[in-house]
Amino acid sequence: MTSRIVILGGGTGGTLTANRLRRLYGADEAAITVVDQDDRHVYQPGLLFVPFGLAHTDDIVRPRARQLHEGIEFIESAIDHVDIEAGEVRLGNGVTLGYDVLVVATGARLVPEETEGLLGPAWMDSVFTFYTPEGAAALGAALATFDRGRLVVNVVDMPIKCPVAPLEFCFLADWYFTERGIRDRVQITYATPLDGAFTKPIAAAQLGGMLNARGIEIVTEFNTGEVVPGGRLTGYDGREVQFDLAVVIPLHGGATYVGRSPGLGDELDFVPTDEHTLQSKAASNIFVIGDAANVPASKAGSVTHFEGETLVDNVRRFLTGEPLEAGFDGHANCFIETGFHKALLIDFNYDTEPVPGHYPSPVGLPLLKESRLNHLGKLLFQSVYWHGLLPGRDLPGLGSNMPTAGKHLPVPEKD
Amino acid sequence: MPNATVAGITVDRNDEGFFTDPNQWTEAMAPELARSEGIDELTDDHWRVLKFMRSEYAQKGTGPTVRVLGKTSGVSIKELYQLFPKGPAKTAAKIAGIPKPRGCI
Ligand SMILES: Cc1cc2nc3c(=O)[nH]c(=O)nc-3n(C[C@H](O)[C@H](O)[C@H](O)COP(=O)(O)OP(=O)(O)OC[C@H]3O[C@@H](n4cnc5c(N)ncnc54)[C@H](O)[C@@H]3O)c2cc1C
Repeated sequence: MTSRIVILGGGTGGTLTANRLRRLYGADEAAITVVDQDDRHVYQPGLLFVPFGLAHTDDIVRPRARQLHEGIEFIESAIDHVDIEAGEVRLGNGVTLGYDVLVVATGARLVPEETEGLLGPAWMDSVFTFYTPEGAAALGAALATFDRGRLVVNVVDMPIKCPVAPLEFCFLADWYFTERGIRDRVQITYATPLDGAFTKPIAAAQLGGMLNARGIEIVTEFNTGEVVPGGRLTGYDGREVQFDLAVVIPLHGGATYVGRSPGLGDELDFVPTDEHTLQSKAASNIFVIGDAANVPASKAGSVTHFEGETLVDNVRRFLTGEPLEAGFDGHANCFIETGFHKALLIDFNYDTEPVPGHYPSPVGLPLLKESRLNHLGKLLFQSVYWHGLLPGRDLPGLGSNMPTAGKHLPVPEKD
Repeated sequence: MPNATVAGITVDRNDEGFFTDPNQWTEAMAPELARSEGIDELTDDHWRVLKFMRSEYAQKGTGPTVRVLGKTSGVSIKELYQLFPKGPAKTAAKIAGIPKPRGCI
């Protein structure tokens, strides 16, 4: 019998899952359908470089269907809702798709409308985001004519995609204004809801020190309540941050159809998911990959990639009636661009925070330390993304489980 | 792990002052915990939030973030900050005797 596998979302996770499944199953074994609302696959890590003129939006967008192997059906349509009981997805175009297995890969959605004043008159005038291609391009134009004043980078609240991207933006801004010879006329401030530069202590201390060394002010535990016309962010606790140019990372939520699908999502429209098997908690035949899942891992392309192997294997196990494998360890691997042609690498999982050392073994890339090699790694990643990661290949040196060989792990505390 | 004595009973807390075992908490401890967070008196509104924090923790294994509290507790984020000026999610978690909300990764 042919199994019907429907994949919602044709971004990073949906594409690599479809391609891996297509390789696993012959055409008579599984019919694979991918649904996405548009045909523009964005290489999102590239958005960071657009405002600084280091990349152009045209260079980071490709058609979705072309990233999918032959024999995968692609439907361009919005999704209305999932009927879990009936095992059906109702699409925005009126079509109903029945499924034996559903893979949710619809990522995270920006919800700027949830922050008072953010979409007010200053939006796309003195307040921008680089999290969309349009925003990144408009911010690029604004930066080019910005020659003095206060630049504020603000994360409204967690979770966000790629929690290090706003920090990278700060580092690149420091480099950019230095190159233009006007760094002394620009104050850079990073306002974050976290109590430090990052969520995990060792990396937070290292990154906090790097902000400090570059003269970038950090305002911690700042929960943005309102963007006030005239250039002010006010926090719920009454603190204020003044700006001439603000770069805001808006609140994130899951896709809206999740909220319209009874029993599927949580308060923020993310999908409750077993953090090790990647099976949804809503139904045994629904699996979740990438930013759409509410697992306690970073919302990152690398995490999505590492999840792919476990997810596809568990879909196979589910279809043959075998017990699922709790295979995913929360592995994340992020290059952090630090400006001046250098980058830093962090590698961690559910249980191990980012530590110094080398990746993936003692002779690999330096961890938690700036180097030119890591910057080259970050640049190379774009080609790896289109040609290795999306096709669903196992990448050399990027195994699903976090390696420990090169890491300087703290000696465990004795209780 | 530092011990602390609250309402005459020894409890386990982490370095930041969050309970590591929510079962050690009793309602009688809340006023004293609140005072050490600068809240002199716990009103019915405070209690509504504290009880909500505990029931969310019992169901989900983590306390809610401010944003989720604002969406689900029936108290708006602005009011939450009036009740717990130093940060509702963290302060209410401390007073309600549950671990630090895990929302941010
Ligand atoms: C600025 C920026 C920088 C980043 N940098 C890095 C980095 O350096 N390293 C890294 O690892 N990660 C990075 N990321 C994160 C990475 O891009 C994401 O984590 C990854 O793309 C997640 O994959 P996904 O499949 O879950 O979601 P996506 O790739 O976002 O795909 C979701 C898809 O679902 C579709 N969809 C959503 N709702 C609907 C609907 N209702 N109907 C139909 N279709 C729908 C969308 O159109 C989209 O194509 C960055 C992200 C940003 C924004």
